[in-house]
Amino acid sequence: MEFIRNFPFFSILLSLGSGVLTSIMNRKVARLWNTFVLLAVTAMSAVLFVYMLGVGESYTFMMGHFPAPWGNEIRAGVLEAGMALFFCIVMLLSMKGGEEHIDTEIEETKVNLYYIMINLLLSSLLALIYTNDLFTAYVFVEINTISACGLIMIRQSGRTIEAATRYMIMSSLGSGLLLMGLCVLYDITGHLLMSNIKESIAYVYAQGTYVIPLVASIGMICVGLAIKSALYPFHTWLPDAYGYSTVSSAAILSSLVSKGYIFLLIKIFFRVVGFDIIVDTKIVNILFVFGLLGMIMGSVNAIMENDIRRMVAFSSVAQIGYIYMGLGLGTTFGIVASIFHVLSHASTKSLLFVAAAGLTDASGGSKRFEDLTGSGYRNPMAGIAFTMGACSMVGIPLFSGFISKMLFAEAAVQNSLSKMLPTLICLAISTVLNAIYFMKTVIRLYTPKSRKVKKTEAGEAAIVSFREHPLYNFTLILMIALNVLLGCCSQPIADWIISGINMFG
Amino acid sequence: MGGNLLANYGEAVAMILFGIGFSNLLLQKNLIKKIIGLNIMDTATYLFLAEKGYIAGRVAPIVVDNVTSVEAYINPVPSGLVLTGIVVSVSVTALMLSLTIRLYRRYHTLDMDEISTMLKKEDQ
Repeated sequence: MEFIRNFPFFSILLSLGSGVLTSIMNRKVARLWNTFVLLAVTAMSAVLFVYMLGVGESYTFMMGHFPAPWGNEIRAGVLEAGMALFFCIVMLLSMKGGEEHIDTEIEETKVNLYYIMINLLLSSLLALIYTNDLFTAYVFVEINTISACGLIMIRQSGRTIEAATRYMIMSSLGSGLLLMGLCVLYDITGHLLMSNIKESIAYVYAQGTYVIPLVASIGMICVGLAIKSALYPFHTWLPDAYGYSTVSSAAILSSLVSKGYIFLLIKIFFRVVGFDIIVDTKIVNILFVFGLLGMIMGSVNAIMENDIRRMVAFSSVAQIGYIYMGLGLGTTFGIVASIFHVLSHASTKSLLFVAAAGLTDASGGSKRFEDLTGSGYRNPMAGIAFTMGACSMVGIPLFSGFISKMLFAEAAVQNSLSKMLPTLICLAISTVLNAIYFMKTVIRLYTPKSRKVKKTEAGEAAIVSFREHPLYNFTLILMIALNVLLGCCSQPIADWIISGINMFG
Repeated sequence: MGGNLLANYGEAVAMILFGIGFSNLLLQKNLIKKIIGLNIMDTATYLFLAEKGYIAGRVAPIVVDNVTSVEAYINPVPSGLVLTGIVVSVSVTALMLSLTIRLYRRYHTLDMDEISTMLKKEDQ
């Protein structure tokens, strides 16, 4: 069984190495190889996950030949293994759902570059999940950013290049703050490994020395990661980046890239600083306020949008607000709700982006709402999938979105009154706003007026039969199944998250 | 307080430079000036690290004349971090510059706001 413990290292190395290998492949081989890598990493993560559930305790894996305080380490527990498994599944589904678009929207000679970016992104996500070393985390945050930028700009148009530039500017600000925060933290503690830092910080904080630098460094790390994961006032790059890139990119960016940073932040909360100290420094309150703002403002922006892709993108801003609101509650229940929402949002948002691509294809490539009228009849599978995704986002029972909203409400009720009331009120308002823009879209999709084929500015609208795109439809069915699975098996999943968080400590 | 600041003037300068770089990257309209801001910000971090790793009176950790005592050398870890950081910032800068070139070829300006207005016009 010792062999299974190598799997995190294998999966990082496999995806990192195949990023290099893909550069000499042509696009068909590159696609096959990418699918193989994703499947292999999924399988390894699944085996590791089952193994970890059986073992019931986390372990650290030494990288290289230097022991703990000097060498680099990987750490795996139930939560890490499960997250890796989930991220791989969502990435695989997003890639398969957007495969046709990759071929049509990207220049033929550049398709293998796209797969390089995907492989690098996968390796950096896995490294962010598994690493036990803060500076390694920083390096992989940068790799993540650069490959995400590549994903945005691979579809060459003025819009995407501008979006990629904005994304790079905001991300560089975030990484600068993160790096400075890590340096100050290293300065206070003298360590880079998470477990050693935690010991030193507990000692330093108990002594009452270096409290201001400690709070400043935690603040810089939190704000840095919040900028990178597009918390409300820092979201300006997001709608363009998600709205104009190719569909797989949009699905992966919204459901995985921002979640990788959030997972790193949760790890820093529990493994580096210690959750009690985080709550004690009141930094969570700032995240809480901006989370609430994001929940409302993201939805308001989404209502005003007249472009389906940009609307879904603005909805991501609101959902990131939910996640930070959960972190800001400052209780373990809040964190559990946030992690559940990470899962639920990742599965739903990728479904929405992929379904929206099918609907726009059936409307002659136009993303405007007027042209989308009746497209639910023209591409039935995409219409059903979009409706399912919308129901999940609004919070209809049976879907994952309902469970995460319920967990947020439960976590809020266990809190003191000053945080409970704003949370519940914002949750209610945000749900209504969600319902407004998603139901508006769904009604538009099933308005029968223009069931007949209509010519739009962008091109010919066409009826897409179910059998025309078997892979696409199959992916959509799998995504809906994943969503319903999350919604129906919420109790085991919540138990898993709680046991994972306990393993963090 | 004042004495501490004077003794750690290197760190104080690093923080001020970090602030200058950060605000330039955030507020400048010109893309090239933004990239210069990015580099000032990153370099300030390296100054901070180098300042922290240095111990007065000691030399770089390269063993010469068989002196192996720990007391003779400075802390090598921050220098290693600086090297890693330089590699990262070089690649980010290269990517930003290539994006800038593409934007300039398309819109013949380096002003981010002008590019945004042109994009809005393109849509209509």
